[in-house]
Amino acid sequence: MSRKILSTPIRDEDLEGLNVGDVVYLTGHLVTCRDVAHRRLIEQGRELPVDLRGGAIFHAGPIVREKDDGHFEMVSIGPTTSMRMEKFERQFINRTGVKLIVGKGGMGPETTAGCQEGKAVHAIFPGGCAVLAATLVEEIERAEWQDLGMPETLWVNRVREFGPLIISIDTKGNNLIEQNKAVFNEKKLPAIERIKSQVRFIK
Amino acid sequence: MDKEESVRSLTETMAKFTAYIGKRLPNDVKDKLAELRTMETNPLAKAIYMSMADNQEAADKLDRPSCQDTGVIQYFVRAGAKFPLLGELEQILHDATLGATKMGPLRHNAVETFDEKNTGTNTGSKIPWLDWEIVPDEDTAIIDVYMAGGGCTLPGKATVLMPGQGYEGVTDFVFDVITSRGVNACPPLLVGVGVSTSVETAARLSKRAILREVGSHNPNENAAKMETLLEEGLNEVGIGPQGLTGANSVMGVNIESSARHPSTIGVAVSTGCWAHRRGKIRINADLSYEIISHKGAAL
Repeated sequence: MSRKILSTPIRDEDLEGLNVGDVVYLTGHLVTCRDVAHRRLIEQGRELPVDLRGGAIFHAGPIVREKDDGHFEMVSIGPTTSMRMEKFERQFINRTGVKLIVGKGGMGPETTAGCQEGKAVHAIFPGGCAVLAATLVEEIERAEWQDLGMPETLWVNRVREFGPLIISIDTKGNNLIEQNKAVFNEKKLPAIERIKSQVRFIK
Repeated sequence: MDKEESVRSLTETMAKFTAYIGKRLPNDVKDKLAELRTMETNPLAKAIYMSMADNQEAADKLDRPSCQDTGVIQYFVRAGAKFPLLGELEQILHDATLGATKMGPLRHNAVETFDEKNTGTNTGSKIPWLDWEIVPDEDTAIIDVYMAGGGCTLPGKATVLMPGQGYEGVTDFVFDVITSRGVNACPPLLVGVGVSTSVETAARLSKRAILREVGSHNPNENAAKMETLLEEGLNEVGIGPQGLTGANSVMGVNIESSARHPSTIGVAVSTGCWAHRRGKIRINADLSYEIISHKGAAL
């Protein structure tokens, strides 16, 4: 089966056919953007130093090595917990025009609404697979807001067939991890009842 | 060796060991992941387990930290009262973290609270975090190194239950943490449960629980039974790798406990992600060492 590849700038029509659970790959630019960058844009009203229209962000704080020639080398870059950005993401999508948000784990109803309004998607890259990801970064082209330190700097990466990216929120209001959580909550009830009947140690 | 030379030597050993465990998983975790992978039938879950295995292979080959979040460095020290560098150990482990951070390289993960500045050295006030146990008469030290990543630290939770809630309440608490916040913490998780008297004692024990080997059991029969029941029950939920559903949920459940006040049940959960980066090393009085967690490791 051939790979489904998204390229930046991403258009609405590239995303409209995607459903939760689909696997895609990204070629183009992927910018790291996490807690403080979101806070600066939304709460402090500062302009992001990178134009994200049609772009892709990565909830990630990488390990980067500065080489002797002043260039940066991507050592290790895996996704961080996306849910931390839930508070800001809907407005973030609205303000920046970002199309693809890559991270780890699920996001909540606000991001789901933001994805529907802004025709954007959230995708999961397998957490902890940071060296795999680093080998898919061709070059770090720029580094913005370096005052935030290594994890929070906006690293502008050029990537080729970066993935697997599992669509967890699509443009139609579906949220894969929320659906899964509902199943987990249902499945856990009989297990809990069975365990409880066997742990009455206080007599 | 004079004292200065001894300090330098142990600092170097611990720096190398700290950097090492960020690149390679301990044997018990590696074996368990391989076992869970073979049990998977869901194609997406299988593919994710394959990505994990490929990642660990690449990390080993390229000599890089396998996950970018190399955590806040924590050392759990069990030192003999006669260990020759007992008084120097705190400084040694601080300097070892600095060394490992350059060597790894490790990510700069120490943010000074209230000043809200990343120190840029991966060390800060009380970081690396040290946990101590002193053993009478012995002259060796066993040190557990743990990289407490942000993702798997986030689900951590502690509370104090009333005795009427009993171990049934402990069951509810564990399931609630794992099926809500645990889903985002890079499952399959190693679940540590502390059952004790108050929040801080339970929390400390829950962290010690995830330092215990996958598949090991609490020596108390009831506690061991509860470990198995919780593990089986959580696996039935089928959280799968990365919360994307699958045949299992966890690498295991380890419980550590203490006596409690008759009126309280302190309970806490700590979680270790699938990339559970911890290492155990024994340092002898002559500063020779034995790596317990990673067979055949050479520093």
